[in-house]
Amino acid sequence: MNKIKSLADLKKLQAEVQSKIKLREKGDHPENLVQIKVSMATCGIASGAKETMNYLIEELEHQGIDALVTQTGCMGYCYAEPTIELTIPGQDPVVYGFVNKAKAQEIIDKHIKLNEMLDGIIPITYITIDNR
Amino acid sequence: MAEYNMHILVCGGTGCKASQSELIKTNFINRLNEYGLDDEIQVVMTGCFGFCEKGPIVKILPDNTFYTHVSPEDAYEIVDEHVIKGRKVERLLYKDPETNEPVGDSKGMDFYKKQIRIALRNCGFINPENIEEYIGRDGYAALGACLSEKTPDEVIKTIKDSGLRGRGGGGFPTGLKWELTRKSVSDQKYVVCNADEGDPGAFMDRSILEGDPHSVLEAMAICGYCIGADKGLVYIRAEYPLAIERLKTAINQAQEYGLLGTDILGTGFNFDVEIRYGAGAFVCGEETALIHSMEGLRGEPTVKPPFPAEKGYNGKPTNVNNVETFANIPPIINKGAAWFASIGTEKSKGTKVFALAGNINNVGLIEVPMGITLWEIIYDIGGGIKDGREFKAVQTGGPSGGCLTKSFLDTPIDYDNLIAAGSMMGSGGMIVLDDSNCMVAIAKFYLEFTLDESCGKCTPCRIGNKRLFEILEKITNGEGTPEDLSRLRMLSNVIKDTSLCGLGQTSPNPVLSTLDNFYDEYLAHVTSASCPAGQCKSLVHYTIDAEQCTGCTLCFRNCPVGAISGEKRSLHYIDQSLCIKCGVCFEKCKFDAVLIA
Repeated sequence: MNKIKSLADLKKLQAEVQSKIKLREKGDHPENLVQIKVSMATCGIASGAKETMNYLIEELEHQGIDALVTQTGCMGYCYAEPTIELTIPGQDPVVYGFVNKAKAQEIIDKHIKLNEMLDGIIPITYITIDNR
Repeated sequence: MAEYNMHILVCGGTGCKASQSELIKTNFINRLNEYGLDDEIQVVMTGCFGFCEKGPIVKILPDNTFYTHVSPEDAYEIVDEHVIKGRKVERLLYKDPETNEPVGDSKGMDFYKKQIRIALRNCGFINPENIEEYIGRDGYAALGACLSEKTPDEVIKTIKDSGLRGRGGGGFPTGLKWELTRKSVSDQKYVVCNADEGDPGAFMDRSILEGDPHSVLEAMAICGYCIGADKGLVYIRAEYPLAIERLKTAINQAQEYGLLGTDILGTGFNFDVEIRYGAGAFVCGEETALIHSMEGLRGEPTVKPPFPAEKGYNGKPTNVNNVETFANIPPIINKGAAWFASIGTEKSKGTKVFALAGNINNVGLIEVPMGITLWEIIYDIGGGIKDGREFKAVQTGGPSGGCLTKSFLDTPIDYDNLIAAGSMMGSGGMIVLDDSNCMVAIAKFYLEFTLDESCGKCTPCRIGNKRLFEILEKITNGEGTPEDLSRLRMLSNVIKDTSLCGLGQTSPNPVLSTLDNFYDEYLAHVTSASCPAGQCKSLVHYTIDAEQCTGCTLCFRNCPVGAISGEKRSLHYIDQSLCIKCGVCFEKCKFDAVLIA
C-alpha cells in the first residue's frame, strides 16, 4: 500500500472503497452473493462466535454457496450472543441471535437457500448517524 | 426456491409471549392457509422488540407496518384487511404519542429514535481489522479536513460549540480541556487515551476499541493537531487482549496508509500512537494515577493542580480523554457542532453509551440521546424487568455512583440531573434491580469492590472504607443496631470530605444513596433482623407450608446438602442446622409450599 499523500488522495480512496463496498452489497451475481457479518467482540467470542464463523465459512464453501463472511464488532445484543447479521442481496439485513452451529446450519438451509426467515430474528431498534 | 413476497413478524419476547403471541402466530398461519397463501407469506416469530408496553407487536414486511396491542383475533382481521385487501388496520397501528396520528411506516416511529449510534456508529457494521472499511465510512475524513482546511483553534471551537463532555464519568467539557492543553507552552505534549475501563459491568470502551479502533486513533490525531502534540498513548488494561490486538492492527494499518507517522496527508503534521498497558487497577482510571502508572511509578493519584494539561506525562502538558469521548470526535468534525448540539439536553449534548445489565430482559450495549428517561431505557429498549418482577432501582455510575428509584423513572438522564438525583453518569454502567435485590447487600457489594481497589495512599479511604464495609457486614448478618445507621452516614461523609482523589471521594456514594432512598430497608435489618428482599442469607430461613406441600419430593431431590427430609406424598421438613439457604427448594417447588421468612 502506498501512503496516502493528501486529502485529495484520501477522498479518492474513499470513493474507490465505497464503490467496492457498494459492488459487494449489490453483488456481481445478485442471486448468489450472500453477506454475513459475525459479531466478534470479546463477549461474542466467549459465547462461541468463532466456532459459528468457522462453521459458516466451511459449510457455505462445502455447499458451494458464494457468500462473504466477515467479522465485525459488538452489535449490542449481549443477551443473544453469538449474533450475526445476514444480508440477502436486494433485501434488508436481518439479525439472528443465539447462533450456534445448529442454528447456523438452519440459517443456511432455510434462510439462505430457501429464503425462509427463521424464528428468533432480532429486530434492529436503533439508527446510526448515516440515516439521520 | 420459495418466493415469499410478504413476511409477518410476530414478537416472541417474554412480554409478548405472555400475551398470547404464540396463538397470534398460529392464527395468522391458519388464516393464511385458508386463503392458500401459506407459500407466499411467511409468519416468523422474532426476538424482543423491546417495546413491550405496546405488545404484542406484529410487524409486516416489506412495507414496515407496525401493529401494536394485537390480540389473537386481530390476526384474522390483519390477514383479511391488510393482506387480502391491502388496507392497513388503522385501529392497531402505532400512534405517534404527540400528534396521536397513526404511523403507517415504522421507519417514521420515534421508537427508532430512542437509540442513536454515534460513538458506536461502526460497531457491528464494519470489519475492525480492515482500515478500508473505516475509510469507506468517512474514516479519516475528519482528520484530513482538520489538517488541510482548519486551524487548531477552529477545531477546538467546533468541539466547544458541540457541547461534548467527557464520557469517562466526570463530564468535563472536552473542548475546554483541549484549549487548556493547547495554551500550555512546552517543547513536548502528549495525547493520552484512557482505556482503563474499571467500573464493574461497563464495557463500552472495550467494545469501541474492538469494533472501531480507527475512530479513536483518528480522534487522537485530531487532538494532537489541536494541542500541538506529536505523540499519543493509549493506556489500556492488559486484561483486554482482543481490544489490544485490534488496536495494534489498526495502528499498523494507519501507519502503512500514512495516516499516522510523519507528514500525514502531506501537511507536515506528525503524529504517532503507542500502547501502554495497565494491570487493571480501578484507581488508574483517575488521570493523575494513570499518568504515574504510565511513567512506571505506582498507580497513585496526586493533588490537582497541577492539572495534566499543565504538567502530565513526564512532566509535560498532557490531554487525557476517554475512549468514548474520542469516538465522538470524528462525527462532530464531519457533521458539525450544530448537528451534535441538536441532540441531547441543554447542558449535556449528544448521546451516551450504557451497558444495560441486571434483572432486565434485553441485557446489552445501548447508545441513547442524553435526556432520555430511565423509563424509556428500561421498558422501551430493555424490554422490561425479568420474570415480570417489580422495578426497584437502577444503579448508575458504578462504585462511585448511586441508586435511582421509581420516583426518578421520568427524569431526563444527563450529567446534571443524575448528580441532582444523588447518583452520577460514571462511565455508563446501568444495573437494573428488582424487588428481589437487597439494597444493603448492593451497597456492600460496591464497597467490597472499592475496598479491593483503594490504592491505600490516604487513610480515610484505606481504613474508612474498611470500617464502612464491616458495619454493612454486621447489618447484613442481622447484628446491626440503629446507631450503626448514623455511624454509616457520618463515616461516609468524613471519607467523602477528606479523601484525595475521586475514588475515595465517591466511594461512600452507594451507601449514602441507598441510605437516602431505602432507609426502611436498612431499618428492617437493624430493628427486626429481617431482610425484606430475602437476599441476606443469614436473615432468612426457609420453611415448608404444611397445607401446600403435596409431598412431591422435588425439593428433597434438589437440595444440594440433604437438609430436606420426608416421605413421598407426605409433608417434607427442612433441617435449619443443615440448610445453606441457597433457595433451590423455593425455586423448584411447584406448589408455592416453600416459604421465606
